[in-house]
Amino acid sequence: MWLVYAGTAAWVAWLFGLALVGRLGVDPVATLIGWYGKGAMNLLIVGLTITPLRRFTGLSLLRFRRAVGLSAFFVLCAHLAVFALLDLQSLSRLGVEIAERPYITVGMLAFVLMIPLALTSTDRAIRKMGRNWQKLHRLTYAVILLGWVHYDWQVRGDVVEPAIYLSIIVVLLGLRLLPRQRGRVVAGQK
Amino acid sequence: AASGFATPALALGRSDANTLEQIRSYNNYYEFGFQKEEPAKHAGALVTDDWRVEVGGLVDNPGSYTLEDLIGGLTVEERIYRLRCVEAWSMVIPWSGVELADVLGRIGVQDGARYVAFETVLQPAAMWNANARGMDFPYVEGLRLDEAMHPLTLLATGIYGEPLANQNGAPIRLVVPWKYGFKSIKSIVRITLTAEQPITTWTRIDANEYGFYANVNPQVDHPRWSQATERPVGVGLFGGRRDTLMFNGYDEVAPLYAGMDLRVDY
Repeated sequence: MWLVYAGTAAWVAWLFGLALVGRLGVDPVATLIGWYGKGAMNLLIVGLTITPLRRFTGLSLLRFRRAVGLSAFFVLCAHLAVFALLDLQSLSRLGVEIAERPYITVGMLAFVLMIPLALTSTDRAIRKMGRNWQKLHRLTYAVILLGWVHYDWQVRGDVVEPAIYLSIIVVLLGLRLLPRQRGRVVAGQK
Repeated sequence: AASGFATPALALGRSDANTLEQIRSYNNYYEFGFQKEEPAKHAGALVTDDWRVEVGGLVDNPGSYTLEDLIGGLTVEERIYRLRCVEAWSMVIPWSGVELADVLGRIGVQDGARYVAFETVLQPAAMWNANARGMDFPYVEGLRLDEAMHPLTLLATGIYGEPLANQNGAPIRLVVPWKYGFKSIKSIVRITLTAEQPITTWTRIDANEYGFYANVNPQVDHPRWSQATERPVGVGLFGGRRDTLMFNGYDEVAPLYAGMDLRVDY
């Protein structure tokens, strides 16, 4: 589990280091924002794969799911930090961007929705909240969809890559809608 | 005609310019890929030998021109211009080239002509992304005749006195410094004088986002992002943004648009 955290932190730091020494191209701020954004989205997708993977193949990576989700949140913080502190360099500009650019509004909404998920990622919260914890964490579905919209709305030219991302997300969310054999029996016994 | 086109406060020197390496490594040339670094990797495949430019439409001297026929003998000038991309990044580039007006004089513009249409070469064997979904190549652009005749408007053949790299639009490209970069069409193979406003590639893709004029204008935002500021390329990780200037700082073109509502004709 710590490998997920360490790997994510190392990746974020490595990219930042490359940008610092000028090895990330001539527009390092935009490149960093892009990589961190994609990184967060990819980690969320990995996290959303864990449940269907267990259900359809029996392979359980459930013990990594919290680390993957928190890592996604961490990378998303880096994404936002670079945008606010290195690109805009001004809180008032950030306010204007959030208010006036639909894709920034949507991106910020995805970030805000992730905050309660990150805060309730402790064993204690999971115990205390019970079934409500699961309900709350279904917000991940909204987060990944908002994240995709945020990404798609700024693309110029390439229509294929956003379409690939969307189809992966739709499949991962769609698998959750398939009727559950065992779940139905349990529900019937109640 | 070299000086007097920019107010002294805004005139730029080579020391203000991006390095040749930066200019050659960060490009939009979608036929070679959507990522900024891809044109530098793939544009080497473009064949620029025996280049021809087809000149037609409302001109006195139509025909298939070699570069020598088209620009040979015209005054070559160095112009250090700001380049502002519609994506809100910017560069400063020392172009060498000839004024488009001189070329139009040579090909003989007829009375009825009001616009100039340009077309980029299409070499599917070299351009791996030329069949990209949502795009329709060859890339086409256009200017109103008075814009084309303006002394700021160049046909460039070099940067820093060296021939254009393919990813920069070799062997000959348009440079219109007060408009977003996509107007400055690369690797030109066709110049047509027309009476009607020609279609342009980005207007065809999304007319709400990209108008025919595409003048740099900090007050008229792109529907999806602000145009008030820009990120200068090459300033590093902590360089931040700076304010975008009306007409990219080339105020002398303002009379071309007198009486027009630039929110409507964006």
